[in-house]
Amino acid sequence: MSEQEKIIEIEVLRYRPEQDEKPVPQVFKVPFTDDMSVLQGIQYIKDWLDGTLSYRWSCRMAICGSCGMMVDGVPKLACKTFLRDYYPNRVRIEALAHFPIERDLVIVADDFIEKLQRIKPWIIPKEARTLEQGEYIQTPAELDVYEQFSSCINCMLCYAACPQYGLNDKFLGPGIIALLHRYNADSRDGAEAERMQEIHGHEGVFNCTAVGYCSEVCPKGVDPANAVNVNKTKVAQDYFLRFIRPKAKGDCE
Amino acid sequence: MTARRPYKRPMPGWWRKNPYFVEYVVHEATACFVAAYALVFLAGLLCLVQGEEAWAAWLAVLRSPWSIVAHLVMLVAMGYHSYTWFKIMPKTLPPVVVRGQRLSPGAITGGGLFAALAASLLVLGLAWGVLQ
Amino acid sequence: MSKRSNEPIFWLLFGAGGMFSALIGPALVIVTGLAVPLGVVFAPDALRYEHAHALAQHWLGKGFLFLVVSLFLWHAGHRIFHSLHDFGIHAGGVARAVCYGVPAAATVLAAAALLSIGF
Repeated sequence: MSEQEKIIEIEVLRYRPEQDEKPVPQVFKVPFTDDMSVLQGIQYIKDWLDGTLSYRWSCRMAICGSCGMMVDGVPKLACKTFLRDYYPNRVRIEALAHFPIERDLVIVADDFIEKLQRIKPWIIPKEARTLEQGEYIQTPAELDVYEQFSSCINCMLCYAACPQYGLNDKFLGPGIIALLHRYNADSRDGAEAERMQEIHGHEGVFNCTAVGYCSEVCPKGVDPANAVNVNKTKVAQDYFLRFIRPKAKGDCE
Repeated sequence: MTARRPYKRPMPGWWRKNPYFVEYVVHEATACFVAAYALVFLAGLLCLVQGEEAWAAWLAVLRSPWSIVAHLVMLVAMGYHSYTWFKIMPKTLPPVVVRGQRLSPGAITGGGLFAALAASLLVLGLAWGVLQ
Repeated sequence: MSKRSNEPIFWLLFGAGGMFSALIGPALVIVTGLAVPLGVVFAPDALRYEHAHALAQHWLGKGFLFLVVSLFLWHAGHRIFHSLHDFGIHAGGVARAVCYGVPAAATVLAAAALLSIGF
């Protein structure tokens, strides 16, 4: 360990529904070393200071997407954020913004999960191939069109960054639209017309006002703002062209 | 066991709590100045229809110190609108591929700002030529 | 599945007006609001009646003047409408009527004015 022990103050927004009317801050003094993440700081609190603290975590290496929380008001993965960057100031930890708090740092993710299912986040082949016919071939250029969007780990940081989702949780939101785009833009997929119906309504792409913060906070380098705005163009094209092209499968008014 | 009681946090003054949102609100507010300019412009058009006297009155209003100050403010707001419009363009535009290479965000913003400069010079040049 | 929104119409007008004003807005303010009234670079009477009238009579000038009024306002109205929502003034009927009514009325007024000036 380091020559001299440093202590950082971590302010956690607690919410215990059985005793707290509304969330209340609680400050913990946590000894830390320079290699400790915010998640490790929270684990220290749970192990040594207050075992009742609730939070989600799993992989500790920015791939499971469980430990998203607000760190000094910014959506971050706690495992990918380091205490040393906040020391000597106090660091404020809060559950992901815009989602209801279940308990302490745990949010209710039901809305996100429901929306995720709605956009059918899997490849629906243009033409079904049998095993004998072999694999679905794709060129590097075809991969490049959607690859960045496939890096999404469903951590919901972009939702905590999106004021439009906070103001209206009917909005499909950045991450889900990025995933929808990931499948629509895949050359092997043939369900674009079907998925477009989820984004051409008021709570689809046009609820976005191009704030752009979702893309700033993404820990995996996905650009959800671009997916949403590219799909505004697609929905607009579809809106006007539907009058002159023949009816396709999945069309509706 | 305890019953679930999910807490939905209110968002009063959300735009003040993050510098990114402050900037967003400021660039959205430029729309007020774009609207103001268009309304002044429309007023001029309506004066023009009514004849020489009304037109002269509109010109006189434009020469007043208040109008000059207002237009200076509009110039700043409109300039900021141009800058932010092209700054966000890499996020709003579908990927632009030139010779097999995807254009970088910097190139898109730079290209937009360059186009704005060229268009502005064209407007200034044309106005200077036409209004001799 | 959701009902198709008519937003593309207003979004396209917003985008067109935003692009148009981003490209030439500052230059226009400089010409009509500052340089001509102050007589800087331009002659003090550069925008005299005959000049302005001739500009509004030419089909190119007509188109340009119309687009400035109409597109700038569709852009601004749409943006302000969404900003009102951001500030918690939820997309009410009054907000919608003002934000889209003003551009619509201005479009009609500008078109009528330019047509009445003749060719």
